[in-house]
Amino acid sequence: MALVLNEEEEMLRDSAKGFLKDKAPVSALRALRDNGDALGYSRELWAQMADMGWAGILVPEEYGGIDFGMVGAGLICEEMGRNLTASPFLSTAIMAVTALRTGSDEQKQKYLPAIAAGKSVIALAIDESVKHDPAQTAMTASAHGNGYRLNGEKAYIIDGFDADALIVAARTSGEIGDESGVSLFIVPRETSGLSQSRTVLLDSRNYAAAKFEDVDVAGDALIGTLDGGWAVLQDVLHVGRAGLAAELLGASQQSFEMTVDYLKERKQFGAIVGSFQGLQHRAAHLYSELELVKSASLSALQAFATMPAMAGAASALAKAKAGEVAILTANEAVQMHGGIGMTDEFDIGLYMKRVRAAQELLGDYAFHADILARLRGF
Amino acid sequence: MSDLEEFQAQTKEWLAQNCPPAMRKPLRSEADACWGGKDFEFTCPDQKLWLERMGAKGWTAPQWPREYGGGGLSHEEAKILKQEMAAINARSPLLSFGIWMLGPALLKYGSEEQKLHYLPPIVRGEVRWCQGYSEPNAGSDLASLQTRCEDKGEYFEVTGQKVWTSYADKSDWIFCLVRTDRDAPKHNGISFILFDMHSEGVSTKPITLISGKSPFCETFFDSVKVPKENLVGTLNKGWDIAKYLLTHERAMIGDAGGGLFGNRSIGQLAVDSLGTDAQGRLNDSALRADLAGAEIDGWAFLLTMERMKDEAKAGPKTAQGMGARSSMLKYYGTELNKRRYELMMASKGMGALEWEGEASQDGELPRAWLRTKANSIEGGTSEVQLNIISKRILGLPGA
Ligand SMILES: Cc1cc2nc3c(=O)[nH]c(=O)nc-3n(C[C@H](O)[C@H](O)[C@H](O)COP(=O)(O)OP(=O)(O)OC[C@H]3O[C@@H](n4cnc5c(N)ncnc54)[C@H](O)[C@@H]3O)c2cc1C
Repeated sequence: MALVLNEEEEMLRDSAKGFLKDKAPVSALRALRDNGDALGYSRELWAQMADMGWAGILVPEEYGGIDFGMVGAGLICEEMGRNLTASPFLSTAIMAVTALRTGSDEQKQKYLPAIAAGKSVIALAIDESVKHDPAQTAMTASAHGNGYRLNGEKAYIIDGFDADALIVAARTSGEIGDESGVSLFIVPRETSGLSQSRTVLLDSRNYAAAKFEDVDVAGDALIGTLDGGWAVLQDVLHVGRAGLAAELLGASQQSFEMTVDYLKERKQFGAIVGSFQGLQHRAAHLYSELELVKSASLSALQAFATMPAMAGAASALAKAKAGEVAILTANEAVQMHGGIGMTDEFDIGLYMKRVRAAQELLGDYAFHADILARLRGF
Repeated sequence: MSDLEEFQAQTKEWLAQNCPPAMRKPLRSEADACWGGKDFEFTCPDQKLWLERMGAKGWTAPQWPREYGGGGLSHEEAKILKQEMAAINARSPLLSFGIWMLGPALLKYGSEEQKLHYLPPIVRGEVRWCQGYSEPNAGSDLASLQTRCEDKGEYFEVTGQKVWTSYADKSDWIFCLVRTDRDAPKHNGISFILFDMHSEGVSTKPITLISGKSPFCETFFDSVKVPKENLVGTLNKGWDIAKYLLTHERAMIGDAGGGLFGNRSIGQLAVDSLGTDAQGRLNDSALRADLAGAEIDGWAFLLTMERMKDEAKAGPKTAQGMGARSSMLKYYGTELNKRRYELMMASKGMGALEWEGEASQDGELPRAWLRTKANSIEGGTSEVQLNIISKRILGLPGA
C-alpha cells in the first residue's frame, strides 16, 4: 500500500479544508470559549457536518452512513486540528461507531442511523483517574434482574457532557489491572442513578465526569460479550488514537506554518528574524520531525483497512510521535513569536492548549512507548 | 494472480535457490561487506557467488534500465525484491558508490556512450569508484574547490589535491570535481570528470580515523592526463551534476539510519545484556525509555523514506522539492543512527568498550560507534542540511 492519498481521499480532504475554514475557524472556538458555551461545541455545526456525511463516515451504508474508512476520518481530524474545530466527531463518529459496529443488529439499528444523521452524540466513558489506563477499570457492573447494575465513577469523558448516551467500560469479573473481565454497556443519558457534570479543561472542549449510583440497565445494553469487552475496547482505542494523532498533526502543521510565516515577516536588528541561523535550524528540525509525524499518521490510518493486525501498533506509534512533536512545535511556536506568542489575543496559545490536552487523551507518549517496547521484546 | 504477485512468487523462489547461506546474515560493518572492484578480496566464496548471481540479473541496481545492465524493475517490483531479501535476511550483494552516486548522475547527465561504457561494470561490481569532491579548503563550502583542470588540446591535465576521499586507495576510478574556469564565479567554473586511479600522477595516502581504521585518503593529482571524452555533461556546468549526485548520496546515507546493518531491535540487544524484570521489561527503566524513543523515531523514519519514494512515484504534484527533501532524510537518518549507536554502547556497558580480543571481535561495536560520528559530517554536515531545508523548503531568507 503506497503511503499517498488516492483521488477520493484528496477530494474529501479538500472539501473538509474548505468547509472548516469557512464554518469552523479558530475564531469559532474562541467564541465558544468566550461565551462560556455550556456544551463546548455547536450543535448546528454538527448537523451541518452530518449533512456532509461526516457523522456517518464509518457507518455502513445500510445504516445510513458513507462507510468511507479511517483514512477519510483521519483527514477530517487533521483539518479539524488545523482549525481547532470543536465537535463530537472523534467521540461519536469515530469511537462510538467503532464500538457499535460490533454490536447486535438491534443495537446497530437503534443507534447508527441516528448518529449518521447527526441526531445522536454518544461518548466513551473509559478513564477513571488522571492517567489513561483502561486495565485499571474499577467501575463495576453486576447481574441484576434481567439486566445489570452499574456502580462507579468515570472522569474526563470526551464530549460526554449532555451526550445522548455513554458507552461505559465496567468490570464484570476479574481484578483491577486485568484485561479480561471488562464489559461494555451503552447507557442513555436519562437513566436514573446517572449524574453528570461538565469538566472545564484548558482547551475549552466538552468533557464530563459521570457518577453511576445503582444505575440499572436492561440486558440489551451490553455491547458484545460479557467479560469480553477488552478486544472491542482496543479497537475503539486504536481508532481514537489514530484520530487524535491526525488532529495533533493538523494542529502542529498549522502552528508551524504560522511560525514560519512570522519568521519571514518580523524584523529585529535591521533583519528579518528568519535570517538568523539559530532560528532557521530549529525550524528546519521541526520540519523534519513533522515529516515523520505525517508518515506515522497516514500509515496508522491506512492500517485499519490494509493491515488490521498492525493497526494497534501503528496507532500507538502515530499517537506517541504526534504527541511528542506537537508539544515541541507548540513550545517552539510560542518562543519564536516572542512576547506576542504569550498573548491570549493571538491564536498560537490556543494551539498550545489543545495539543497539550490531545496528547494526553487516550494515552500519552510514555504510555505508547511502553506498548511499543513490549512489542519489540524489551 | 496479478503480475506483482507472480513477480513476488518468482523472486521468492529465485532468492531461495540463489542466495548462498553465508549471505543470509546481516552485515556487521562496512568491512564485512562486498565492495567489488578489480582488486577486491572476497571474504568467502559465497560472497563472490552472490555478487555474480545478483549482478547477472541486474539486481544490484534493480531499477536501472536493462540496456545498461540494470534490473529494469518498476518501483513496486523493486520494493518487493527488497522485502523478499529482508524476509530471508539476505544482505546487500554490493555496496557501491557507483550504484549510489555516479550511476544516477550518469543516467541523467551522461552521454549514451558513457552510459553503455560505465554502467554495466558498476552493476556487476567489476569497477569500484571513489568520490573526489572535498579538498583541504573546500568542505562545506564545496564550490570553492581549487583542483585545476586545463585543456591541453588532446587531453585534460589535472593537478591538485582532494581529501577525505573514501577508499581512494582501493578504487579503480574516480568521479571528480575540478575547476575549469578560474575567472568565472565559483559555481560556474566547475566540471565533472571521470578518470582511472591508476593513471600516472595519481597518488593516495590513507588517513587513520578515530575508529582505528583507515577507509579514506588524501589524494594527490600531479599533471594527470585525462582523455577529453571523460568529461560528463557540459564544460563548466559540473556544479549541477555535483548537486544532483549529492541528493542521491544523502538519500543513501540517510537510508543507513533505517538500519543497513540488520533490523534486530537494540532493545533486544539490551535485554540480552541487562536482563528483564518480572513483567519482561528491561531492567533499566531510563534506558528502556530512551530505547523506545529510538524505536519510535526509527519506525517513523522508515515510513517517511517509504512515503517519499511513494510520493516521488505518484508524480511531481506531491513530490515537490524531492532534492531538498533528501537533505531532511540525510539529517534525520544520520542523527538517528548516531543515537542508536549511543544506545548500543549504553546497553553493553563496559563490554562495549573492549577494543581488542576475540570476545569483541577486536572492538567491532566501539569502532562502528565511532564511525557513525562521521555520518553527520560526510556528504554535507547536519548543519549544512539544516541550511538547505531552511532555504529551499521553508523559504527562509539568506541561509
Ligand atoms: C567518513 C567520511 C568520509 C568521507 N568521504 C568523502 C569522500 O569519499 N569524498 C569526498 O569528497 N569527501 C568525503 N568526505 C568529506 C566530507 O564531505 C566533508 O568532511 C564535509 O563536507 C564537511 O567538510 P569539512 O570536513 O571541511 O568541515 P567544515 O566545512 O570545515 O565544517 C566545520 C564545522 O562548521 C560547520 N559549518 C560549515 N559551514 C557552515 C554553515 N554555512 N552554517 C553552519 N555551520 C557550518 C559544519 O557543519 C561543521 O560543524 C568524507 C568525510 C568523512 C568524515
